[in-house]
Amino acid sequence: MASEEWQIIWFTAWVSALSTVVILPFGLGLAWLLARHTWPGKIVVETIVSLPLVMPPVATGLILLKLFGRRGAIGGFLHDKLNCDVVFTWRAVLLALGVMSFPLLVRSARVAFEETNPRLEQIARTLGAGDGRVFLTITLPLAARGIVAGMMLAFARALGEFGATIMVAGNIPGKTSTLSLAIFQDVQIGEDTRAFHLLGVSVALAFAAVGISEYLLRRKRT
Amino acid sequence: MTLLLKGVSLPLTHFKLEMDVELHGRATAVFGPSGAGKTSLLDLVAGLRRATSAFIQFGNQILCDTQKKYFMPPRERNIGYVPQNLALFPHLSVRQNLLYGRKPGGAHDPLFNLNHVAEILEIEALIPGRLANLSGGEIQRIALARALLASPRLLLLDEPFVSLGAPLKAKILPYFVRIRDEFKIPMLFVTHDRADALTLADEVVLLEGGKILQTGPILEVFNHPANARVTRLVGA
Repeated sequence: MASEEWQIIWFTAWVSALSTVVILPFGLGLAWLLARHTWPGKIVVETIVSLPLVMPPVATGLILLKLFGRRGAIGGFLHDKLNCDVVFTWRAVLLALGVMSFPLLVRSARVAFEETNPRLEQIARTLGAGDGRVFLTITLPLAARGIVAGMMLAFARALGEFGATIMVAGNIPGKTSTLSLAIFQDVQIGEDTRAFHLLGVSVALAFAAVGISEYLLRRKRT
Repeated sequence: MTLLLKGVSLPLTHFKLEMDVELHGRATAVFGPSGAGKTSLLDLVAGLRRATSAFIQFGNQILCDTQKKYFMPPRERNIGYVPQNLALFPHLSVRQNLLYGRKPGGAHDPLFNLNHVAEILEIEALIPGRLANLSGGEIQRIALARALLASPRLLLLDEPFVSLGAPLKAKILPYFVRIRDEFKIPMLFVTHDRADALTLADEVVLLEGGKILQTGPILEVFNHPANARVTRLVGA
């Protein structure tokens, strides 16, 4: 494979992994709040979080483009205050992948938290543990497999993201081009051999990520 | 040591747990049929549930006073709780389970140190082992030891013998008697077994449908039921 292909593979794997890591604390926090607490507006938050799963990715991408563009509410602020541009940079890829894979992480982590027996947390409290210690030593380890499975799913989803990414990051070779974007472009311009190389890598990476996720969930059930 | 529960009101699914009671026993049995609110009472004392109104005091320490909006969180109460499903932490080793609640300096506590507790409950040989290899009676003793190692001022035991067969129960009961006499920790334990209550308790609270039917020294209550309902309940 050509070095350009390696660059695309490396960039896609790296930014997918990074997006999974970046959404992890927010995803865990939200999943825990959804699993363990009732609060006003909970159903609205649940719905908003799940929207990227059902909305056309291109539509999600358009929303992100409007929000993070230089004239957008968030993008304008970032540009003016921090001199940081998002749209059509690798940060936009990160943003699109994070938003699109967030619901998968939250759903898996939420189920994992819900399956953790709250009685164990209560008993830990009677043994003198505060909220932080209970979460770190009881809740998190017991939910760990479900959480890691959710991370793998989120990573796999990020690897294959297309619609939102192309809207908000474009397809700039060497800068924002991911596996999916490159495959699409190669087919368009008749570079079928390169498209099939990248296709093979996509399948292998996705297979490994989903396989690990399934393995972890299966082990949890038995 | 006195446990005072005044003006308690806690709505449950089918009824309201309501009581005004002062307990003085070394070991008090909370006796009643299934669904009488017995576990909810232990949860209230441990701070795992909040009553809509209650004044709860143990010794000279107030645990909960809803009028003054005071609620002491469970981690500060220093009350050991052995729940019915035992709730050993499945991802931790036997040793990690045992030491989970140990206070700083707990290793040097003359009474509540690992060696002493392990000796009394005869669990020394189990400590290096795996949780998965423990029998029901062994799990019961580990859960009890874990609660003790946090040097509690009061022990709450929810149906400590219910999952054990008769032979195992006969083996386990003496350990509880030893805990009561050796560590001198007051106990509040839930049971619906008359014989268990009589073996371990010196005081009893009879609970049905969330209300106290009778309370007092166990022999007195069991031998002189206050009314027909109590008679039926204690099977005298």
